[in-house]
Amino acid sequence: MFDGLLNQLVQGVLQGGLYAMFAVGLSLSVGVMRLVNIAHGDFIVLGSFTLYSICTALGISPFLAMLIILPPAFGLGYLLQTLLFQRIVGKDILPVILVTFGLSIIIQNGLLMGYGPNPRDLNAGALETASLNLGGGVAVGVFPLLTFVSAVALIFALDRFLYRSRTGAKIRAVSDDVEAARLIGLSSRKIYATAMGLVMVTIAISACFMGVRTNFNPASGPSQLLIAFEAVVMGGLGSLWGTLWGGILIGLAQAIGARIALPWEVLSGHLLFLAVLALRPQGLMPKE
Amino acid sequence: MTADDALLRIDGLRVFHGKFEALPGVDMQVGAGEVVSIIGANGAGKSSLLKAIVGQVDRIEGEIAFGGSSLAGRATPAIVAGGIALVPEGRRLFPSLSVEENLSMGAEVGRKGEIGLDEVFGMFPILRERRRQRARELSGGQQQMIAVGRALMANPRLLLCDEISLGLAPTIVNDIYRILPQVRDRGIGIVVVEQDIGRSLKVADRFYCMLEGKFSLTGRPEETDRATVMKHYFGL
Repeated sequence: MFDGLLNQLVQGVLQGGLYAMFAVGLSLSVGVMRLVNIAHGDFIVLGSFTLYSICTALGISPFLAMLIILPPAFGLGYLLQTLLFQRIVGKDILPVILVTFGLSIIIQNGLLMGYGPNPRDLNAGALETASLNLGGGVAVGVFPLLTFVSAVALIFALDRFLYRSRTGAKIRAVSDDVEAARLIGLSSRKIYATAMGLVMVTIAISACFMGVRTNFNPASGPSQLLIAFEAVVMGGLGSLWGTLWGGILIGLAQAIGARIALPWEVLSGHLLFLAVLALRPQGLMPKE
Repeated sequence: MTADDALLRIDGLRVFHGKFEALPGVDMQVGAGEVVSIIGANGAGKSSLLKAIVGQVDRIEGEIAFGGSSLAGRATPAIVAGGIALVPEGRRLFPSLSVEENLSMGAEVGRKGEIGLDEVFGMFPILRERRRQRARELSGGQQQMIAVGRALMANPRLLLCDEISLGLAPTIVNDIYRILPQVRDRGIGIVVVEQDIGRSLKVADRFYCMLEGKFSLTGRPEETDRATVMKHYFGL
């Protein structure tokens, strides 16, 4: 009964890399900026559709299209924080949830109007089907491996930025005590706008990898959001490396669940999340 | 000192928190290289005065001029960048940041100048040893040193200290107060707000005694006897 178990676990870990990639932006906004963004998954789907349009129009690779949209994605995040989120963040959790929930509905229905309900995907050519045989019955897809490595690199880069750079220190300072920051003249506006810009950059990168990996339709966002939230909470709020572990664990749980029976695949991830929440509510690698 | 060469000049300042008038009208001056103490009982309006200077109150009337130009309508970041730094009541450090990162936040918001990490570590050597530790892991006195150091890193021309002795052991308070004359000798004006009259008068070149939002007595410590100060402190 252990035939192919190792192989499935490896696939689970790699799938977890994609989940961690979805989740790292949410980890930054929820864990550090205290902004619960219900529209996080919908922004990823919006990114995938945007890439789809660019790829179709210009006939270029989704990875090239992703590089093109990174600067505008940063700009979108910067403006979104400055014009919208800055007005509602900090006072109470409810306005943030209502506003981002509203954004979620607007994005889903906007995409439905623009693209219709049919699923799409991004075409990365031969890369999608290439695989490496590692021996011992384990074969990994090149693209899932690339996704995992990219997720780790992204988390490494964000972690360095947050804990080694001056801007990162300012983000953490405002996150620690926004009132104290105001008293000493440290304005949270530009700092949080920069952070949200970075969140959108992670979203654009996730949008590319998700679009190549799976089909997406205008209603795909909430299920991405759910898994991203689970990865963030399991890993521990504010810990970017914890988010990676959260994603990997969900991927592993799904791989094991899929061995039992296919309906168990998605369910197992959620059950693991509930178990962690019950036994270790602060997460696996809590920051404090 | 005449009103013209004052670093900070306040005329008829009234401070409002919503409809509540926290400060019904004060006049004061602080010169460069001068330590001015504001003493008064709890709730006399001392903190409201300091917060008004850095633009952290709902509404003011009257005039606050710094270096000859009005601070009216200026936001806190602009005021701090212009050379006024506050050591807030209760320290208000960033607990998860390291000692060094907390100090560097002062440099981020302030002016360019001669005071950097080395100068602050020179004043408070213990902070150099603890520079990599998180602020929350340090003792209360050491945290207060960080708070003072953070304000100094902004290279202020005017330093505002709000209750920096609160809740600390007397020997530690001495360590912190000892650096105020050094700071003054750099030509920085200092406003010290305290409930502790003795401590406050000892360090001051001039003092204002505040009672119910008004200055009831002002003068030089060496020219004023203790009994007179106590009378105005308590409003007897």
